[in-house]
Amino acid sequence: MSTICAISTPLAEGGISVIRISGEGALAVAEKVFKPFTCESVGAMQGYTCAYGQIHDGDKTVDDGVLTVFRAPHSYTGEDVCEISCHGGIYVTKKVLRLCLKNGCDPAQAGEFTKRALINGKLSLTQAEAVMDTISAEGEYALASANLTRKGSLFGRISKISNDLVKLLGELAAWVDYPEEDLPAVEENALRKSLEDALAVTGRLLRDYDNGMLIRSGIDTVIAGKPNVGKSTLMNLLLGYDRSIVTDVAGTTRDVIEESAKLGELVFRLSDTAGIRDTEDTVEKVGVELAHKRLEECMFVIEVFDTSRKPDEDDIALLEKVKSLDKRCLIVLNKSDLESAVGEEFFREYSENIVCISAKNQDDRMMIQEAVEKIFSPENYDASSTIFANERQKHCAEKAHEHLNAALDSLNMGETLDAVTVMIDYAANALLELTGEKATEAVVSEVFSKFCVGK
Amino acid sequence: MENFDIIVIGAGHAGCEAALAAARLGLKTALFTITLDGLANMPCNPSIGGTAKGHLVREIDALGGEMGRAADKTLIQSRMLNRGKGPAVHSLRAQIDRVAYHRLMKKTVEDTDGLYLKQAEITDLLFEDDGRTVRGVRTHLGVEYGCKAAILASGTYLGGEIHVGAMTYPSGPDSVLPATKLTESLKAAGMELRRFKTGTPARVHKRSINFDKLEVQHGDEDITPFSFDNKVLPENKVDCYVAYTNAETHKVIMDNIHLSPIYSGRIHAIGPRYCPSIEDKIMRFSDKPRHQLFIEPMGLDTEEYYLQGMSSSLPVDVQLKFLRTIEGLENVEIMRNAYAIEYDCCDPTDLLPTLEFKEFHGVYGAGQFNGTSGYEEAAAQGLVAGINAALKLKGEEPMVLDRASSYIGTLIDDLCTKGVSDPYRMLTSRSEYRLLLRQDNADLRLTETGHRVGLIDDERYAAFLKKKEQIDAEIKRLTAINIAPSEKLNEYLSSQGTDPINNGIKLTQLIRRPQLTYEGLAFIDPERPVLPHDVCEQVELMIKYEGYIKIQLEQVEAMRKLENRKIPEDIDYSKVGSLRLEAAEKLAKIRPLSVGQASRISGVNPADINVLLVYLETMK
Repeated sequence: MSTICAISTPLAEGGISVIRISGEGALAVAEKVFKPFTCESVGAMQGYTCAYGQIHDGDKTVDDGVLTVFRAPHSYTGEDVCEISCHGGIYVTKKVLRLCLKNGCDPAQAGEFTKRALINGKLSLTQAEAVMDTISAEGEYALASANLTRKGSLFGRISKISNDLVKLLGELAAWVDYPEEDLPAVEENALRKSLEDALAVTGRLLRDYDNGMLIRSGIDTVIAGKPNVGKSTLMNLLLGYDRSIVTDVAGTTRDVIEESAKLGELVFRLSDTAGIRDTEDTVEKVGVELAHKRLEECMFVIEVFDTSRKPDEDDIALLEKVKSLDKRCLIVLNKSDLESAVGEEFFREYSENIVCISAKNQDDRMMIQEAVEKIFSPENYDASSTIFANERQKHCAEKAHEHLNAALDSLNMGETLDAVTVMIDYAANALLELTGEKATEAVVSEVFSKFCVGK
Repeated sequence: MENFDIIVIGAGHAGCEAALAAARLGLKTALFTITLDGLANMPCNPSIGGTAKGHLVREIDALGGEMGRAADKTLIQSRMLNRGKGPAVHSLRAQIDRVAYHRLMKKTVEDTDGLYLKQAEITDLLFEDDGRTVRGVRTHLGVEYGCKAAILASGTYLGGEIHVGAMTYPSGPDSVLPATKLTESLKAAGMELRRFKTGTPARVHKRSINFDKLEVQHGDEDITPFSFDNKVLPENKVDCYVAYTNAETHKVIMDNIHLSPIYSGRIHAIGPRYCPSIEDKIMRFSDKPRHQLFIEPMGLDTEEYYLQGMSSSLPVDVQLKFLRTIEGLENVEIMRNAYAIEYDCCDPTDLLPTLEFKEFHGVYGAGQFNGTSGYEEAAAQGLVAGINAALKLKGEEPMVLDRASSYIGTLIDDLCTKGVSDPYRMLTSRSEYRLLLRQDNADLRLTETGHRVGLIDDERYAAFLKKKEQIDAEIKRLTAINIAPSEKLNEYLSSQGTDPINNGIKLTQLIRRPQLTYEGLAFIDPERPVLPHDVCEQVELMIKYEGYIKIQLEQVEAMRKLENRKIPEDIDYSKVGSLRLEAAEKLAKIRPLSVGQASRISGVNPADINVLLVYLETMK
């Protein structure tokens, strides 16, 4: 049996959340994501004990939390079980869940913990019947939510890739199964291009998925710019009150400050950073390093520039940096009431999203709202779908992404196309799983409908 | 009344394999055919194998079936298709001398102890009083024979009806008599039958073909035989040719399309998607400027040639007219015209994976009767039905091949679990485990099973074990070898277009590089033993594809876990609380043997499977 995990507490803002892992590999997964402070390792923990420690994703710390270990058969499911309690809040909780999935867990099916409990003899027959009802009901719910998701844009995009893959597989299958027909040969370069295109789409899809999740729990936003161009003023404009110390001395904002601002329907978690300019000041240097790191991690950057001065090396360094990170961004040109030393067109080559404001003018808030609403327009995320359906879709997209990468690797290594094709098969199957189709049938139908083949 | 253990109805490719297997396993077997001269006939293309079908033939051979051996002895040209596309999709295809094949197979049947070949049309299956346990058959002359198992392998004979233009008449293939009564008897017993359609192109006279205008297609220089047991390598004796249709051909067909019984609506049966008639191809793919056809000899002592790709049900004069528009066929003489044929077949979801009917004890189906098409698909099912009928009568465990074991297993699972909507042809793309199920390793996958069942003798089994041992030993030896960089090696690596090495490397890592071969690296491996070619081939493939094989094996393991969760035969799905109605109906119809099979039924979703799993637990 595979090792499964799920969030076991209601998915809502709260004090703590619990992620439950069950199965043979439960301790191994916990070992990978949890470092206890109070003992050497997860493996050393006895059943019915807990430890305080750090939840981490490689080198990155995700949260502090408590791990409770249950050893088989003394657990709810009768298998090894680990429960990670982390700080509540949808964002962190889902991050921990995803971390477990990434480290070898499968998402638990509806009622699966209970099902396992039953199989391992932990439940009575009457309880079992109740479980079947639950699974069935949740199955219906999953189906209904999957149907709901079908109308969503995420599903549309997944369908598009799976259709493309099935088409590609159809070409490969016809080429292999009908070697004597005068069909166009499959060109390796064309195949590579198709795989790269599909990978770009799954990659984008996965990124956007994260975005979609984040949009609901707040878009992680960095306000960046040279010292004293008015970042803090802008932040105050967005928040509606004075938050940072605003002075005319360059470099006065030394902390990364987090605040939430609501613009229309969108929630932004703003960090006002110190500038990214080179500095000798030790205290400020720490802030600059932090700012760089934040730029890399965040999902949205608001770059602020002062148009009354010509852009200097620092400004250009910022523009280049954000461009190289391929982040969604908004360029805010400040102090437009003063005489301009640089035109808007200079910034066009870095981003199309530009607003000119004077941070002292409250009406400008509306302009910024319109600009960000455009950037985060709804086709980029799927707000209507349920979380269950989303996680499942994401898991499928992730698997597909992985297999597509494997296919591309095989192709680039010069492997024969039979191996490459099987990897693409897996990718297509992962995506088709969402609609309950099977790649083999879809491909066979594709061959017969698109190619004139046969004796 | 004369009694047999097993009676096989129909002596085509399915029937012959079924009867041979049953008799060889010690059961007294009768093989009935409407005409002895039609035994193992090839009423369509004179060839065996092809993509995925070649895999089937090698698997039949590994299990102890006859088709591979017979094909090797009567082939007149052989080619390995898909060379260069990867070992998983290499496929053997051979042109066969049609009459020689028939004669050889007939003699093989005649020479088999305990096998009784009889010419008669079977008109009735006879059942016990329960109406569902077979007890015998009746012929058109009213003679009754008793049996404990009957295998239906009636092909296109059952209710056969030929269409050519406006003409329709009852007929079996190649102008033999059809089986006209058996359908009624099966329907009266409660069996559901449906109607499928297939077709065949014209046969033309050699002297009327202008070969100078055609592309020639030679056989392979070094022939791989179908049979793993083959000791005499076959030789190429003929060439095949390629020709093309053109705008004029298409115009003649389009001008006369109203005369086609399919387009005029007189045929309602479902034809195979993979084998469209030429009029189908032109109607459906009107943008294609030309279609290919292959011109193949029917044998060594005949002037008949087969026109692969030109199956049609248009009137004979139209056939002649469009053929004569083709370059090289300007003066062509038709000897046998093309036709479409309709026939009766069962719904294969009524069958168990042993090919026995769920509702009729001792009744098995095989071949076109089960909704497939192709000699190889038929032979594979015949073999499985014959083996299982024999095992059942002997009181032994049935032989059920799963999807990961073989193309045969994939074929039968597709039939029994998913059913068919048009005549089913095997394709490599139908197998999700195709990197494991290669034609080159069919013996490694199935000889063990063939031996256990009793169709592979001890001598052949010992040879197989030796091969396996040699492969294992050589892989083990290679894995232990480390190679140091040297000028000579690096020169060789560069010449093969791959990176030179700076540090020591495992020999297996070098073999794994796509640019290098086991053979080519012999010079850095002085200790290498002399091994047979087939052993070297397996060693190389197993090393090269180790990574992919591992991924596929993981999938197989996951699949087999569910496959091992058996569902009791007497399960009543209406009593499984919480099961969705649609799922309960589908499960009750297919009656899957395992949870794995249940999960492949369309319309049964993962939640249903979970409900089922829980229910099965509560039954313990």
